[in-house]
Amino acid sequence: MKLRQLILEKAIVTGLKSPKRDECIGELLDALMKGGAFKPAQRDEFLKAVIKREKKGSTGFGHGVSVPHVKTLEVKKCVAAIGLHPAGLDFNALDRQPVHAIFLLLSPEDKPELHLAAMEGLFSILSQEQFRKFLRQAKTVADVVTLLDEADANPLVR
Amino acid sequence: MSSRCLMKLTPIHWYAKDLKSSRVLILNRLGLHARPAMSFASMAGSFGCSIKVHRTDNQERVDGKSVMQMLMLACTQGTEIEIEAEGADASEAIAALRALVEGRFEEE
Repeated sequence: MKLRQLILEKAIVTGLKSPKRDECIGELLDALMKGGAFKPAQRDEFLKAVIKREKKGSTGFGHGVSVPHVKTLEVKKCVAAIGLHPAGLDFNALDRQPVHAIFLLLSPEDKPELHLAAMEGLFSILSQEQFRKFLRQAKTVADVVTLLDEADANPLVR
Repeated sequence: MSSRCLMKLTPIHWYAKDLKSSRVLILNRLGLHARPAMSFASMAGSFGCSIKVHRTDNQERVDGKSVMQMLMLACTQGTEIEIEAEGADASEAIAALRALVEGRFEEE
């Protein structure tokens, strides 16, 4: 799974500021929508679905990252946004730590294997401390793109 | 001399009595996605023994107590995994985790 194919460059937001989780998710959905990932009419429905999913159990799996997601028939392949929150956001994470990087993922509902492959791709890099450290230092979209390209060029030896 | 012979022939598991393992199929339609991975990791975390998991088609072991690592297995419906537990409560852990997976994580 190439991250650059998964992450929509126009949906990389480096300066999330809102202290509210739902507003940050909304901002990332707006970025995905503007990048052409889905139609404006779906935006509010997706926001509700993502929040509903978070309420079942936080996708803040620790180490300052969270992977909120929604499965929908409106997308044919997985697409993701990245939001960086320098100040840190309360995401009700498992380790109770603030979240600094949000990976918002939309997956086709009828293709569970694509969703699983996207999650695998994301966590292969997010489980690396080095990557998380560099991601926290990233200031611009170009910085993030460079990091993703490097991760794609040097896949974790498994 | 005969005891030395016995040592050679006895499998390692015979000595490591606290090491248990079991193979189990992922049955739920959506596979091992975030919620099942979380149920698995949190159940695994409730045991004192160490828990390693790998796909039977890949020897790469991950920590069964980590949600992130469990998601790195990308198990779809039909994937077989092997759960290995080592420690005093290894048998209980294996039984509980097996029941969780075989019960389709309470999904369809």
